[in-house]
Amino acid sequence: MKSFHPPAATDLSRRRFVQGVALGGAAAGLGLLRPNNVWALTSPGQPTVLSGTNFHLEVAETPVNYTGVVRSATTVNGSLPGPLLRWKEGTTVTLRVTNRLRVPTSIHWHGIVLPFRMDGVPGIAFDGIAPGETFAYRFAVRQAGTYWYHSHSRFQEQTGLFGPLVIEPAGPERYPADRDYVVMLNDWTDEDPGRVYAKLKKQSDYYNFHQPTAPEFFHDVRRMGLGGALAKRRMWNEMRMSPTDLSDVSGHTYTYLMNGQAPAGNWTGLFKPGEKIRLRFINGSASTIFDVRIPGLKMTVISADGQDIAPVPVDEFRVSVAETYDVIVEPQDERAYTLFAQSIDRTGYARGTLAPRSGMEAEVPPMDPRVWLGMEDMMGAMPMGHTDHGGPQGSQHTAPGKDMGDMPGMDMSGMQEPGGTTAHSMPKIRHARTEYGPGVDMHVDMPRTNLDDPGVGLRGNGRRVLTYADLRSLDGPIDPREPEREIELHLTGNMERFMWSFDGEKFSEAKPVHFNFGERLRIVLVNDTMMNHPIHLHGMFSELEDPQGRFIARKHTINVQPAQRITYRVNADNPGRWAYHCHLMYHMEAGMFREVVVS
Amino acid sequence: MNGTRLSPALPRLALAIALLASMPLAGWAQNVPAANADAMATMPGMDHGSMDGMAMPAPAGTARRPAHPRKLAPASTTHAHASSAMQVMDHGSMQGMDQGSMEGMDEGSVQHEDASSPQMIEQGSMPGMDDSSQQGMPMGPMQGGSPPPDARDPDYSAGTDYGPTHGLGMAMNDNPRFGKLLLNQLEVAHGRQGNGHRWDAEAWYGNDDDKLWLRTEGERARGALESADLEAFWNHTLGTFWNTQIGLRTDAGRGPDRTWAAFGIQGLAPYWFELEATGYVGAAGRTAARVRADYELLLTQRLVLQPEFDANLYGRADPARRLGAGLSDAELGLRLRYEIRRQFAPYIGVVWVRRLGGTADFARAEGEGIFDRQWVAGVRIWF
Repeated sequence: MKSFHPPAATDLSRRRFVQGVALGGAAAGLGLLRPNNVWALTSPGQPTVLSGTNFHLEVAETPVNYTGVVRSATTVNGSLPGPLLRWKEGTTVTLRVTNRLRVPTSIHWHGIVLPFRMDGVPGIAFDGIAPGETFAYRFAVRQAGTYWYHSHSRFQEQTGLFGPLVIEPAGPERYPADRDYVVMLNDWTDEDPGRVYAKLKKQSDYYNFHQPTAPEFFHDVRRMGLGGALAKRRMWNEMRMSPTDLSDVSGHTYTYLMNGQAPAGNWTGLFKPGEKIRLRFINGSASTIFDVRIPGLKMTVISADGQDIAPVPVDEFRVSVAETYDVIVEPQDERAYTLFAQSIDRTGYARGTLAPRSGMEAEVPPMDPRVWLGMEDMMGAMPMGHTDHGGPQGSQHTAPGKDMGDMPGMDMSGMQEPGGTTAHSMPKIRHARTEYGPGVDMHVDMPRTNLDDPGVGLRGNGRRVLTYADLRSLDGPIDPREPEREIELHLTGNMERFMWSFDGEKFSEAKPVHFNFGERLRIVLVNDTMMNHPIHLHGMFSELEDPQGRFIARKHTINVQPAQRITYRVNADNPGRWAYHCHLMYHMEAGMFREVVVS
Repeated sequence: MNGTRLSPALPRLALAIALLASMPLAGWAQNVPAANADAMATMPGMDHGSMDGMAMPAPAGTARRPAHPRKLAPASTTHAHASSAMQVMDHGSMQGMDQGSMEGMDEGSVQHEDASSPQMIEQGSMPGMDDSSQQGMPMGPMQGGSPPPDARDPDYSAGTDYGPTHGLGMAMNDNPRFGKLLLNQLEVAHGRQGNGHRWDAEAWYGNDDDKLWLRTEGERARGALESADLEAFWNHTLGTFWNTQIGLRTDAGRGPDRTWAAFGIQGLAPYWFELEATGYVGAAGRTAARVRADYELLLTQRLVLQPEFDANLYGRADPARRLGAGLSDAELGLRLRYEIRRQFAPYIGVVWVRRLGGTADFARAEGEGIFDRQWVAGVRIWF
């Protein structure tokens, strides 16, 4: 067995920060195994499992210690993440949530289709849960899969109020497994998230310690000549944008956790060689997108956002904030494997282990090199040639299922341009008239529409990386008919001022978006920024389409890459008021939020 | 660097900035027509060095660009090189690009690219041309601009409004008021004409749209207040990177105090130059202007070299304050700070100060020097 080598770190304090402390975490989350649970084979650090139809949850402050400093977290039943809730499709669940905080709280059931009064968004679905009060959520469970829950009040999601949610199907599991583990990722900061937000507002690159420097410039001059070095920086400088703006908040303040354990804590899931293990990855971060892989093991992705998909064997996948992916792994050897989830900006990672016995460790790989945002991230489909590291993933695709006759791009004489958008299919982009104010720093007129780009930092890395183009929901669309109406919304922002919005209008400046009850909609999102935005519509599924407008997968959170246009269908069949927002918490807080009214 | 070599350069720099200040700064910054053209120019794999030097300058774009802050910058010479290099490369790289983009593409898309690319460059470089829907794909500037006539209406409300619980509980605040205090320079100075202290600070409080903005700078020398001023503005967000500032300035120090009405513009120019240009109107027909530019050059993620330029102009002489008409003084500073934390950075630096014109005459008459080079050390702190 290989011993654990901490990666090279610049200094000791930094290493301690990134690695966290081994025995950190919420006191109640450690070693409290519920022996009565027959479903999940727990191991140390696995969240407490609560199953059935009646639940009582208590939101309170709990001291935690991830970095050597004791801080106060907002927890459910004293653990971080909160307890794993296990429901069964076809039952009606009742969840009594008691608020033991001094401020209002709420719990939103992410990805669950339910009556809007039960959705848990204060100010939209209900008034929130006042201190000392108990709110009873009660609704029928009409779906199965991996989901999660979190607070929708202020910054409580960042301070620990989130947990996993697994719904067992009414019928047999489509992909039975011998073991089943939740792997919940999140970003923890010792700072008060209100302070983090204030810092971003005062200096938006506060947490970015990988900005272009003068020595790098001279290095480029030697490598590519003065003209090349200047040209490489020209657009960024002209536009006052940073090519390293991958994440607003970085490992400078974050410690990345896996099931509530810092990397040094090494959350471990046990297995016996030859077993089929289902890992349910949930990104419960406030602000961090993770790239996940298990060196030495092929993963087969079987579910995205709780929805079964045709299996896709991959080496790696990117899980945006609030997304979930279930994978099957089948380790054959009597050895440990590292679950490695590096942040998109490569400033840190969450880490755990799959091992035949507890206490075993495998090598932790170094983080991938940090790369600049590519031209496609700035300009969409305009860079017509392809970058040297951005080869189309399509070429290395293995068709995931048998029913792949309608694979996009394959039926078009196979000659789709690498950028993904053939000239004749170039959609017309219409910027809103409100997109020309101070809150918008960029317009993309020719966004890319291809879904087979794994995204910045994963392009051409030699590994098979999951992309949205791989997703094929097995249950098909809710309604196979073409959408009747289109709503185009642009994702907009001003990084310098840290302002975020839809169509240049912050939540406070905008009116609700109205869906007619019963209509079939196509939502067109165009990302006019250089950041990824995971967009989440409450109450109804977002049914992702391929660039030709054909249904491919049902999701609850759609990650829109920089300068990308993405479309999805919404069946407006759930009347009420719903939140619709970017799931990067600080973007949501800054105004990238809409209320949707279905009536 | 020594004073004699520097001094002739200062007035020219100052003039360039003054010129800039008189231009509709925010207007062009918002409209940066070149951005789109540049975008086209730098497209293929620029950041990977796979096509070194393959920057095609947009024909009209570069020429139309008004006085650019790069003129102020130490980098100006290198940039000139770059431009000429790009001109030379223009032709060949165009061909290269066409070939590159043709590979693996079907007929239709090649035709499309051929037809549309030059057109987009042209449109991008012409302000006001962002709407050309009659020619297929409308292309606007990547930044700024104004909405085209057929811009989309962002209102999808169909008459619905928010519910009764709107705004309750979530505590979402997308237009919060924050305050920031930046002690940009708090330093001791050691010059040929003695030692002193100097400060430069600003503070603001407000939301995304409007802020109360305070600015102060001054110096003490030989135990007395040499000069000081305090400005208070209503700072209003004008565009993506620019703010207008309207308020008051009051001057203290040697001579009688003066008070001015102040109006100016402040923001971030392309290539990351922080600019401030303020005009002043005082009693008895006095007018003045001040321009200021600075830049942050990252030597490492924490070691930052900050050149800063500052110049004052007066419409008429003010003998009581020993100021002549015209350009009165200019200052160029070079400070090297180390950000122990983002918010706390000690620094060392060197500052060249030059009195000019009538102001210099006043100084000479009193036996004072008109040029000084000072070594400075201080801290930069913000909250």
